[in-house]
Amino acid sequence: MDEFALSRIQFAVNITFHILFPTITIALGWLLLFFKIRFHTTRESKWMELYFFFTKIFALTFSLGVVSGVTMSFQFGTNWPGYMNTVGNIAGPLLAYEVLTAFFLEATFLGIMLYGFKKVPAWLHTLATSLVAIGTTLSAFWILVLNSWMHTPAGHIMIDGVAHVDNWMEVILNPSMPYRLLHTLASSGLTVAFLTAGLLAYRYLNNDRRLAVTSGLRVTILAAVILAPLQAFLGDLHGVNTREHQPQKLAAMEALWESENGAPMVLFALPDEEAKENKFEIAIPKLASLIATRDLNGHIRGLEEFEGNHPPVAPVFWSFRIMVGVGFLMIAVSFAAGYLVVLKRTYPKLTLKILVAMTFSGWVATIAGWYVTEIGRQPWLVQGILLSKDAVAELPPSHVGLTLFVYCATYATLLIAYIGALYYLSKKEISTQFQLA
Amino acid sequence: MFTELSNNSNWLPYTFAFLIGLSMLLYAILDGYDLGVGMLSQFVEDNERERMIASIGPFWDANETWLVLGVGLLLVAFPAAHGIVLTSLYLPVAFMIIALIFRGVSFDFRKKAPPKDRATWNRAFSWSSLLISLTQGYMLGRFITGFQQGVYSELFAIFFGFLVVAGYLLMGSCWLILKTENELQKKAVSWAKKALWSMVIGAILSSLTAVFVDTRIYDRMFSFPELTLLIAMPLASMALTLIMHFILGVLPLEGDRLSWMPFAISVFIFILGFTGLVYSFYPYIVPGHLKITDGASAGESLAVILIGTAIVFPFLIGYTFLAYRIFNGKAQDLTYN
Repeated sequence: MDEFALSRIQFAVNITFHILFPTITIALGWLLLFFKIRFHTTRESKWMELYFFFTKIFALTFSLGVVSGVTMSFQFGTNWPGYMNTVGNIAGPLLAYEVLTAFFLEATFLGIMLYGFKKVPAWLHTLATSLVAIGTTLSAFWILVLNSWMHTPAGHIMIDGVAHVDNWMEVILNPSMPYRLLHTLASSGLTVAFLTAGLLAYRYLNNDRRLAVTSGLRVTILAAVILAPLQAFLGDLHGVNTREHQPQKLAAMEALWESENGAPMVLFALPDEEAKENKFEIAIPKLASLIATRDLNGHIRGLEEFEGNHPPVAPVFWSFRIMVGVGFLMIAVSFAAGYLVVLKRTYPKLTLKILVAMTFSGWVATIAGWYVTEIGRQPWLVQGILLSKDAVAELPPSHVGLTLFVYCATYATLLIAYIGALYYLSKKEISTQFQLA
Repeated sequence: MFTELSNNSNWLPYTFAFLIGLSMLLYAILDGYDLGVGMLSQFVEDNERERMIASIGPFWDANETWLVLGVGLLLVAFPAAHGIVLTSLYLPVAFMIIALIFRGVSFDFRKKAPPKDRATWNRAFSWSSLLISLTQGYMLGRFITGFQQGVYSELFAIFFGFLVVAGYLLMGSCWLILKTENELQKKAVSWAKKALWSMVIGAILSSLTAVFVDTRIYDRMFSFPELTLLIAMPLASMALTLIMHFILGVLPLEGDRLSWMPFAISVFIFILGFTGLVYSFYPYIVPGHLKITDGASAGESLAVILIGTAIVFPFLIGYTFLAYRIFNGKAQDLTYN
């Protein structure tokens, strides 16, 4: 393999590992704030129990997010110098604003939030908790502005092959940004709802029936009931936006080879790039047009119009189906659990076991969703401006291969350790008597 | 407004070079002490280790963010320089990153993993601290020589790595003198003495090797009036080293008097050394390759970042100060509740 393929795999491995953690901390920060405020308004200790339990998980997740994020910022320079050389005038300020407004804020107040409970007044501790939540969300905002700009660039002019900013408002409010931001924030919320519900269900099944567990289960399941259908709605809006701005990506998502009025929704197929057709296709007539254009006979452009300029079809097609499949599963499970646990206040074993099995379902859907959008942008690194292959650094492939191997080994170790620690912390919590100091 | 600001764009690259230098210096001082504590944490038993790590717990994450800022500003203001530096140092950067990853997570895992794995995470914490310090020093050494090839420049970089490890160990020990009491504090004093003289040895070795490597540093050294400054700085460092040696000899004092002194002096030594270095390769941003005025980003983008920096910086200083105020005094064991 050459340094281009290796660098791409390395960045993919890195960003796949990285997103697992911010996708938890963004929403978990707000959930912690919710527990804290509930405690101050009700004075019921169960909320503080939940706060401290999930604070441990937040801290662990946060540190994994930080270190894997630092890795990515270095990789821009080590493997992809063409990126900053071409769009540095846009990416630079956005990344700098992320560090300045978000990183220092979260890092400093996390220290106070974690270790300052006894040292600072209650209001300052709550303020620190909310600033950490604001920090993680701000960080998501800046990074999604930049990512969206790479999909739907706006507000810039090209001078001698280098992008210059013409209008910052247009850069920031680029066409896909609002959809991507909302879709990503909701995915964080949904991931956290299932993660927290799964861990609490695990504690309940291990005979931890304290108020913190039952109340926590009801709160997190209720969050899932609200967020799962909301996410389907937001995802649908994002899809319509994609049809307008990146039609080649939509064509790959639907494995639609020819432009059509009244395009079918393909449920199953094995897309064949060589023959430019689908094998073993099962499809529902006209449904894709209905969803993407709100019209049974709406026009969807097929891959034939983007010859040599569209993403690889099979990975985008399959990632999309995995994301949507997990999403619908989440809707079904959250509704069933919502009815049984939140409404009827029962805790049936089977429901809780399903919740335990779905603990990390948000990760699967989030990663699949990012694969749809990121692989779907190829062969471009920045849509219409910079090809991925033009951004890569000339490096000895053996060096990139070596670092790729070390990263893979590191991430595999850390992922196992992380999941192990989550269950260890849950088990330990079961046997701990909670006392509010 | 942005265009007006950036019209005379000559001062912008210099401002950014200054900000990058400032971030890197703050990083070296702040993460320096917590990396030092990390390396030292393998020499003690569990209860003392808890104390040591408690003394850096609330700070280390924000400390590390200065590196992200420094490298980030280099990336946005001098993309060409960033590219040269990071592709020339591909492997050491990767090793440093892997070590940063392990250090960051072992900080949490050493308390949150199942008990049977904790000794392993403690070791990972300490060894990754050493690897980070060593690679940073090595990379700085390679950078100073303009990435020259050859035995002497490699040797110089290795000695420089040793120097930085010793420097961080000194900062870490002095931090512990400030933040701990009793037996642990006494241990910290003896560590500081060893680190101080290791640093002197590292400085002598790398200076001697430098004679065979880099001619440009010496060009500047032998021209007047720079000469006076470049001689004044090592002299001042030597004086501080001697003062430090004397103070370490008498610590700890009754009532914990002067326990802040070693840390303050070590900060001064770092500032002096850093300024001396920067001064010796000014006006280059990458010694021997790029000058500050070459290859800076477009003025309007730099102006936008500068405005943001100017607005955020006072807050940043303010809440960093707040955090140090809150966790002022001798370190206590860390608990969440």
